[in-house]
Amino acid sequence: MSRAQGSRREQAMVAPAEFRSYYGRPIVKEPAWEQPDVPLYLFLGGTAGASASLAAMARVSGLPRLARAGTLVAAGGSLASVAALIHDLGRPERFLYMLRVFKPTSPLSVGSWILAPFSGLATASAGSVLTGRLRSIGTLAGSAAGLLGPAMCTYTAVLLADTATPAWHEGRRELPVLFAGSAASSGAGAALLLVPTSEAAPARRLGLAGAAAELAAEHRLEHDLGVVSETYREGRAGTLLKAGKALTAVGAGLSLLGKRSRLASAAAGAAYLAAGACTRFGVYAAGVASSRDPKYTVVPQRERMAGR
Amino acid sequence: MSESGYADTQPRMGFFTDTSVCIGCKACEVACKEWNLVPASGEDLLGMSYDNTGDLGANSWRHVAFIEQQVPASRVDNLGMPTIGAPEQDGAGVRWLMSSDVCKHCTHAACLDVCPTGALFRTEFDTVVVQPDICNGCGYCVPACPYGVIEKREDDGRAFKCTLCYDRIGDGLEPACAKACPTDSIQYGELDELRERAERRKQELHDDGVTEARLYGENPDDGVGGTGAFFLLLDEPEVYGLPPDPVVTTRDLPDMWRRAGAAALGVAAAVVASFVGARR
Repeated sequence: MSRAQGSRREQAMVAPAEFRSYYGRPIVKEPAWEQPDVPLYLFLGGTAGASASLAAMARVSGLPRLARAGTLVAAGGSLASVAALIHDLGRPERFLYMLRVFKPTSPLSVGSWILAPFSGLATASAGSVLTGRLRSIGTLAGSAAGLLGPAMCTYTAVLLADTATPAWHEGRRELPVLFAGSAASSGAGAALLLVPTSEAAPARRLGLAGAAAELAAEHRLEHDLGVVSETYREGRAGTLLKAGKALTAVGAGLSLLGKRSRLASAAAGAAYLAAGACTRFGVYAAGVASSRDPKYTVVPQRERMAGR
Repeated sequence: MSESGYADTQPRMGFFTDTSVCIGCKACEVACKEWNLVPASGEDLLGMSYDNTGDLGANSWRHVAFIEQQVPASRVDNLGMPTIGAPEQDGAGVRWLMSSDVCKHCTHAACLDVCPTGALFRTEFDTVVVQPDICNGCGYCVPACPYGVIEKREDDGRAFKCTLCYDRIGDGLEPACAKACPTDSIQYGELDELRERAERRKQELHDDGVTEARLYGENPDDGVGGTGAFFLLLDEPEVYGLPPDPVVTTRDLPDMWRRAGAAALGVAAAVVASFVGARR
């Protein structure tokens, strides 16, 4: 078909991407997942994972309120993320088919085998915390959930990157770091919101580490992926990710101010959580935008062919 | 063992779609719908030449693309037909490309790799088929396909695509689309033989001066290990809505798992480090 012009680029050095297409129609299919189900599942799962690890460490460090908050957030977050995942299925009554096989080539299969035991363990631990019964079993379950927590934070990055969706596949090196950082700051955010300042120091530090990783990875997504980086800077994704970055910075700043102020600490936590949600919805939106325009499929592939 | 992992008891079967003889009759689309009971996708006038199907999807397992191109008048064959209008107007001619697209039945199929339930499987003919009684509609195969073939059917919830008429070829019949094709643009057979035939056809066209004729998907060294359904095209793949250099996304999966593992260890280390000196 006719040659379509790429949209105006920010850098004048780079000529507009020129490419051919079939009536400008997309080549790859748009992700079939529903919003908000799947971005929410990414956000809640990551928050739950980091919270479980925080709780497990808090338990051995003698910080009972941090342990309690982390345990409850891990259980609530993972159960809600399971619900969002099941709700998204075309045949929800067949959700157990997710555990029919174990396939390392399918990040959703691997993820199901992480999510299922994680949510079970986190829920058992929370049940023990809430009822005060079977404390040793609850602690054991919570520790196991804490060990699985980091995997919960990052497997979803592979889930997105292992597609033909240009923004996600081209971002496969950065997404695990982004999701790890975002999950850490969200988990820390939940703790800052719920825990008094006397026990909040670890959450404050984890939040800062997560925020730094998140901002660095996001910067690379926005600038290092060639023409595909546009999808992280423009449109709905650009707006959400800009909001996410601002909220992350606000959260980090407030958490430092909030060493003694309960209010500032809670506000920092809320900002981190909002940032985490913005980041996940933003990354999802970038994927959708990149699948709708054949430019993001054709131009990188043509560049790859020219480089051979 | 074949490259896709099957024991060599049954030769690999596939399609060779020679678009140079496609007349755009859409008999393939109709025959496919009839045989496979594929629901109507609704009437939709797209304003894209004679194409009102648009793309492959849950309810379109064959899709005939129509491309109208301005070419020098010398490139247009004179069929001796009466003309209308003012033929000398600008000296330009119109070339009409038509091509029947279909699932590629990749050697390394991303849809099959990422399916978490095992609903997608590889048949003894080395084709890739969805088992509707297993699919739970997770939708992961949809963005995984580098060609945008497989899709969730909205009112059903499960994913559907071409089966290469699994129920026909097991009985020695050719798939419905190939059977219905009046010009043999769609050819079904053993893949090795089809590849030889396609190479001869390309050479023939080149000898006739159609130097733009090229094969698409026939190369076992491409990003998906070659496709079971491949094509002879008369322009660049993206002109037909095909990706110029498709890659099976799972090729990069080991690296992705390593990076995710490293990032997870980073989270664990950050959590542990944040408790240093925090003990009461």
